[in-house]
Amino acid sequence: MNKTNIIKGISAKFIDKINEKPILRLTLIGLGILWMIMIPRLGASSFFIRVLTMIGLYTILALSLNLITGYTGQVSIGQAGFCAIGAYTSALLNVNFGLNYFITSLCGALMAGLFGFLLGLPTLRLSGPYLTIATLGFGEIVRMIALNFDKLTNGPLGISGIQRPLIFGFQLTALNGGFYYLVWALVILITLFLYAIVRSKMGRALMAIRDDELVATLMGIKTTRYKVAAFSISAVIAGIGGSFYAHMIRYIDPNTFNFDISILIISIVILGGMGTIRGMFVGAALLISFPEILRFASAYRFVIYGLILVIMIRFRPQGLFGGQSSAKYVLPKGVKVGAKDGIA
Amino acid sequence: MALLEITNLSKHFGGLKAVDSVDLYVEKGEIVSIIGPNGAGKTTVFNLLTGVYDVTEGEIMLNNKPIHNKTPQETVIAGISRTFQNIRLFREMRVIENVLVGTHIHTGYNFLDLVFRTSKYKRIEVEKTQKAVDILEAIGLGDKIHDYAINLPYGDQRRLEIARAIATNPEIILLDEPAAGMNPNESEELLEFIKELRDKGYTIIMIEHDMNVVMKISDRIYVMDHGKRIAHGLPEEIANNKLVIEAYLGKEEDDFDA
Amino acid sequence: MVFQQIFDGLTLGMVYALIAVGYSLVFGILRLINFSHGSVYAFGAHIALVVVVSMQWGVIWGLCISIIVTGLLGVAIDKLSLEPLRKKGSKPISALITTIGVSYIIQNLLMILLGSQSKWFPKLFDYGRLHIFGRIGISYTQLGIFLVSVILLLFLTVVIQRTKIGLAMRAVEQNPKAAHLMGIDVNRVVSFTFFLGGASAAIAGTLISGYYQVVYFNMGFIAGLKAFSAAVLGGIGVLYGSVIGGLVVGLSESFAASYLGGGYRDAIAFLILIIVLILKPNGLFGKKAVEKV
Repeated sequence: MNKTNIIKGISAKFIDKINEKPILRLTLIGLGILWMIMIPRLGASSFFIRVLTMIGLYTILALSLNLITGYTGQVSIGQAGFCAIGAYTSALLNVNFGLNYFITSLCGALMAGLFGFLLGLPTLRLSGPYLTIATLGFGEIVRMIALNFDKLTNGPLGISGIQRPLIFGFQLTALNGGFYYLVWALVILITLFLYAIVRSKMGRALMAIRDDELVATLMGIKTTRYKVAAFSISAVIAGIGGSFYAHMIRYIDPNTFNFDISILIISIVILGGMGTIRGMFVGAALLISFPEILRFASAYRFVIYGLILVIMIRFRPQGLFGGQSSAKYVLPKGVKVGAKDGIA
Repeated sequence: MALLEITNLSKHFGGLKAVDSVDLYVEKGEIVSIIGPNGAGKTTVFNLLTGVYDVTEGEIMLNNKPIHNKTPQETVIAGISRTFQNIRLFREMRVIENVLVGTHIHTGYNFLDLVFRTSKYKRIEVEKTQKAVDILEAIGLGDKIHDYAINLPYGDQRRLEIARAIATNPEIILLDEPAAGMNPNESEELLEFIKELRDKGYTIIMIEHDMNVVMKISDRIYVMDHGKRIAHGLPEEIANNKLVIEAYLGKEEDDFDA
Repeated sequence: MVFQQIFDGLTLGMVYALIAVGYSLVFGILRLINFSHGSVYAFGAHIALVVVVSMQWGVIWGLCISIIVTGLLGVAIDKLSLEPLRKKGSKPISALITTIGVSYIIQNLLMILLGSQSKWFPKLFDYGRLHIFGRIGISYTQLGIFLVSVILLLFLTVVIQRTKIGLAMRAVEQNPKAAHLMGIDVNRVVSFTFFLGGASAAIAGTLISGYYQVVYFNMGFIAGLKAFSAAVLGGIGVLYGSVIGGLVVGLSESFAASYLGGGYRDAIAFLILIIVLILKPNGLFGKKAVEKV
């Protein structure tokens, strides 16, 4: 117990120092990005790059779930359904109309968001476990429609021949590291977006809903509106992930985004730490890389995911990075502490 | 016309009359206490005032406008905020964040502002955070703004709840047993603080069992028992009111003389 | 033809009711949706499979052994993963996620240990068909399954309504603290409830295996969700509600399979679930809790 406290104490001081000087922060982040950019150039194996690309993809999916589950407290186990909607929308637009990734991805994301909105409206007034089961049902219904509505989705045969993304005529491939850069660019954009939400009145409203929904209403927060918004945004992000997958693997079928995927995503979120952004990166890195590294244990993959859920909830429900931070809250620049007396 | 007028208020749960034809008024700048035994319906009145329950009968008028049967959000916007009998803070959030949630209803930037971090967003964030810090310093929690709400000692948690309620910029603050669990020193401090609140222009309605606090700062007192209003008046009057004493202590045992 | 579908539906429905009852019992006593119940049902079917097919000991032994082993599995799930959470005072959502994890563990261990391919199971009560009014045929299998299910559900009702432990269960369901103060060992009652849930799942698993004649490692997922729909429809926590819900789901599925095609037969249960959740989450016979402020 003492060791963790010491480590926490030191890292807290470190984090506080960084937070005080934005230059330090930017430099660190800049270095990190530079490092990420250089990895393919420095002769990393294509296997390694592929793993990093998958980690990036699952970071996106974990970030999407984290918004609705970690910050808003609504446990969803149907994210795979939104991925599927994003993926199928992209795939169909590309295969039938030849539209490029960036357009299909936008459409896929918006379509997923639309379904998030439509699903959210009726189900978000359900309490805890009922909502969770409803999301599960949603994921399964999406899969069944993909499987049976073959006029549209080609049924169990799936959709193949999805084209790779084109940027100004330049095709992104696995070999040229295109997917790697694309996915991590998406990760950075999504992270900035989520960070902006979390640090604003919206983020605080979502967390208030998570901690005590009734009191949140008594603080004037229109809770249904915020829950539906979080759910829709989470769906949009999951849809982005799905579209990316479709254009990268170039083949999808109804079983690509099944319940197993939803379970994997929630395992990442719980392992990394609900309600933390950095936890998503680490959780994805751990849970995606280990099956690749331990190929022989691949049959046990899902047993391990299940064990992670059970063990983490039992012994460290806040995940690796969750729970209370020893670092100080970052006050906006210009806020003065210790100046006045008397009530404002 | 009083700031807040409650007429003939009733709330029935099936056969149970939790609140039974209660009349109540509060003038601007007053400190009014509602006292009575447990289960008298006092918190139910607060719930009716804040839109948690709809009324079965009766009206609640704030500034001459009806606020009964409104949503909780609408009552907060109308100018009523509250604390809770068994403290309900946002436990996984920090002290400063709890108070910031209180500022939500008058934080005027929209989604696009916050995503793109416009200057409007930044300006308002600084303004509201400063206000939150000021409130916390005034209430004596200035050195704890970074702490997590759940880690605070009990007395500080009560103060944080009040700070959060103040942050909504209310006209009327409903305090539900603010002195519960406090020792005499802390109650004295609380007393002074509530007086300061009144001096700053807030109107206070308080449910309280600590008679010391109630008698010292209330302008008027209402007494409830079994959902009904059984007495109303100045502190001295209430202290000597037979009905009130009976409600708390029970009837005198004079029926059993042979 | 219609009668055929009705009997198919009723048979199926009774089995769903048997599984749904497990959800209801646990929800009633713990306010928890036991997501692992589906995998326990699959486990029960596999134990019966091992006893009946691998060891060739016959269906009676298969049933009995499965009941005991699966019941114990239910108890183990509670004691190892859920009771510690209750002791810690964890949020309800933690228990739900834990049961999801447990279902994954059980299901995938079944796959690893017993293989991922479907396995054959002998037909139960294989005495041919019974003919009523000339043209309507019910197989003895269906009749047997229906009767066994009814007997079991009656047995459960008797246990809950007429025995001492049943009384204890109902007391804990109403008010765990008060029950504890009355001297009831709440944890023992909870364990017993999980045993009943596991046992009834084992019987359901054996019956279904003997009906469709196939056992596969993720049979618990779909069946579990359908039974859950049944439980929610009837009002989760209410026993007779689960029975009625099960019958409705079974009949709907039977008719959907005939008129909409096989691919959509599973979807009907989900549709029912979503509709119930949207329109009346407490189901037909459930009760709603009021939140106190």
